[in-house]
Amino acid sequence: MTLAVDVRGLNKSFGDKHVVQDLAIQVETGKITGFLGPNGSGKTTTLRMLCGLLTPDSGEGEVLGLDFRKEAERIKRQTGYMTQKFSLYEDLSIEENLTFVTRVYGLDNRRRRIDEALERLGLGNRRRQLAGSLSGGWKQRLALAACILHEPRLLLLDEPTAGVDPKARREFWDEIHALSAEGLTVMVSTHYMDEAERCHDIAYIAYGRLMARGTGDEVIQTSGLVTFRAEGPGADRLSRELAGRPGVLMAAPFGAALHVSGTDRAALEAAIAPWRKPPFRWTEVEPTLEDVFIHLMGRSKDNFE
Amino acid sequence: MSATRILAVLIKEFTQLTRDRLTYALILAMPIVQLLLFGYAINNDPHHLPTAVLVQDHGTFARSTLGALEHSDYFDIVETARTPADLDRAIALGRVQFAITIPADFTRRVVRGDHAQILIEADASDPAATGSAIAALAALPQEALKHDLTGALVARTSAAPPFEVVIHRRYNPEAITAYNIVPGLLGIILSMTLVMMTSLGVTREYERGTMESLLATPVRPLEVMIGKLAPYVLVGLIQTAFILVLARLLFGVPMTGGWLPLSAGILLFILGSLALGFLVSTVARNQLQAMQMSFFYMLPSILLSGFMFPFRGMPEWAQIIGSLIPVTHFLRIVRGALLKGLGFADLWPSLAALAVFVLVVVSLAMVRYRTTLD
Repeated sequence: MTLAVDVRGLNKSFGDKHVVQDLAIQVETGKITGFLGPNGSGKTTTLRMLCGLLTPDSGEGEVLGLDFRKEAERIKRQTGYMTQKFSLYEDLSIEENLTFVTRVYGLDNRRRRIDEALERLGLGNRRRQLAGSLSGGWKQRLALAACILHEPRLLLLDEPTAGVDPKARREFWDEIHALSAEGLTVMVSTHYMDEAERCHDIAYIAYGRLMARGTGDEVIQTSGLVTFRAEGPGADRLSRELAGRPGVLMAAPFGAALHVSGTDRAALEAAIAPWRKPPFRWTEVEPTLEDVFIHLMGRSKDNFE
Repeated sequence: MSATRILAVLIKEFTQLTRDRLTYALILAMPIVQLLLFGYAINNDPHHLPTAVLVQDHGTFARSTLGALEHSDYFDIVETARTPADLDRAIALGRVQFAITIPADFTRRVVRGDHAQILIEADASDPAATGSAIAALAALPQEALKHDLTGALVARTSAAPPFEVVIHRRYNPEAITAYNIVPGLLGIILSMTLVMMTSLGVTREYERGTMESLLATPVRPLEVMIGKLAPYVLVGLIQTAFILVLARLLFGVPMTGGWLPLSAGILLFILGSLALGFLVSTVARNQLQAMQMSFFYMLPSILLSGFMFPFRGMPEWAQIIGSLIPVTHFLRIVRGALLKGLGFADLWPSLAALAVFVLVVVSLAMVRYRTTLD
């Protein structure tokens, strides 16, 4: 197993806000790692530090086998970074944007690379259209095409699918998996649970600290969370009465059903006992990633605020 | 019409205004700075103009005449030339505004009443700088020798003036303002378009978010700057060609030579203006601020450079500020080359000043340009 990213002791402050705190993360080559966490948890800052856009206050380690503090320039040449907000030139055409990128990276065979990228995008016949006139989904595919033109070994994607429709999102993820199959390492931040489940690995960070790491199943197992699901008429309305009871960490409606979670099985069962009768049907279920994340978010808040 | 709705918009506007501190500060500070700066600096009736003299007659009358000139407050004798060639050089290089020659036979002719003359040559390339001083000369012959013409010569004071002042307006004999203003406009138009256009360059990348992608690529600061500025060098050269052709065809501005130093000056000035615009764009946080800063630079370029008001009319502190502005040096090069036909040997101080400006501004811009988003 080789590591594409292996950094430790990462710190970054903006003014008196300590955005990333003693973060250590390892990413295996060829894997897709999902980067999850609440807004302002330091996901974007971490990605930006890895690709040299921000200078860490402290920290050490390697990215693609290079010292990430000292060899940022060489890392940049082998890394593709896709920004959260569309950051290609809206007043240039699709083709002109791609040409600009091939030139900035000093690539050979520009013609061939651009034609291939357009082909792959399915934008061959719209190459002269201005990038600004594309819809959200197409902009995001163009941005992806632009940041893999120079054949990077590491791809950093910052909430690439925010505001994109489900079909475009699915196609985007198919593309990411195809790239990963070719050996590309991908780190992608997202808020979508379905996307988290599409990743090989998950890293959950909150308040600048790494809270959970592993595959989706591992994250669920190690959370120690027990979840009961209630069904029946008005089950979803029980959340208000259950929330706050001893042993109940979360009570959240899922459609007409209710998920109640806690880490202490006995206390949780005691809490739901008064409603464990008809018309409600209770079953113990595997917690979802979302349950785990909301739980982690609440716990990290207790620890760090 | 609803008063509540108007109030809602009004309060929102005020709140937003106070959020943008820098804009707010500029709105308040600009008029004060400008009023104080330009109110005290600008003077349309310049006194104490530097003057060189060539005295070939050492009699009392010559001394009294020079004394009267200095007494008028318009002429400060800063240089005594030994030969006519020295005198000519002093005025050609712009060291002095006036060159006065008192001929060897001055005293003899005054005594004899035989058309005594003194010669005053004025650098009239800027008619406004010399106008009032020349007007003041009308009373000179009557006043200068009042106390000297005694005894047998007392009759000289009552009749025709004892001598005549011959005035040569050099470089612009007909005192045509356009000859001075049109070459000056070249500097103003170039800086207005070039500084403003490039000042938006980097700021726009930040505002549109494209800077984040650009910084993630291997492109280096100097590469970004050269790439961004090069197209505008061409724009500047085309503008220059237009202005010079029109200056010749429409205004008949004399073009006596000095094409090589002029070309060097134009190139340095274009580079300096572009680099300054780039520097502004690395400092400004948004495009509005970039525009405000460019505008803040334009006013002294127009008012303190010698473009609109005589440079020598300003107090010394204002002349020092003026010397820091590239337009000032560019105007000296353009006027020196076109109106006086000066060459490299004469214009090098202004060319050197422009070169220093380019170097300093490029270095500052490189220091300011951030390669990260920190």
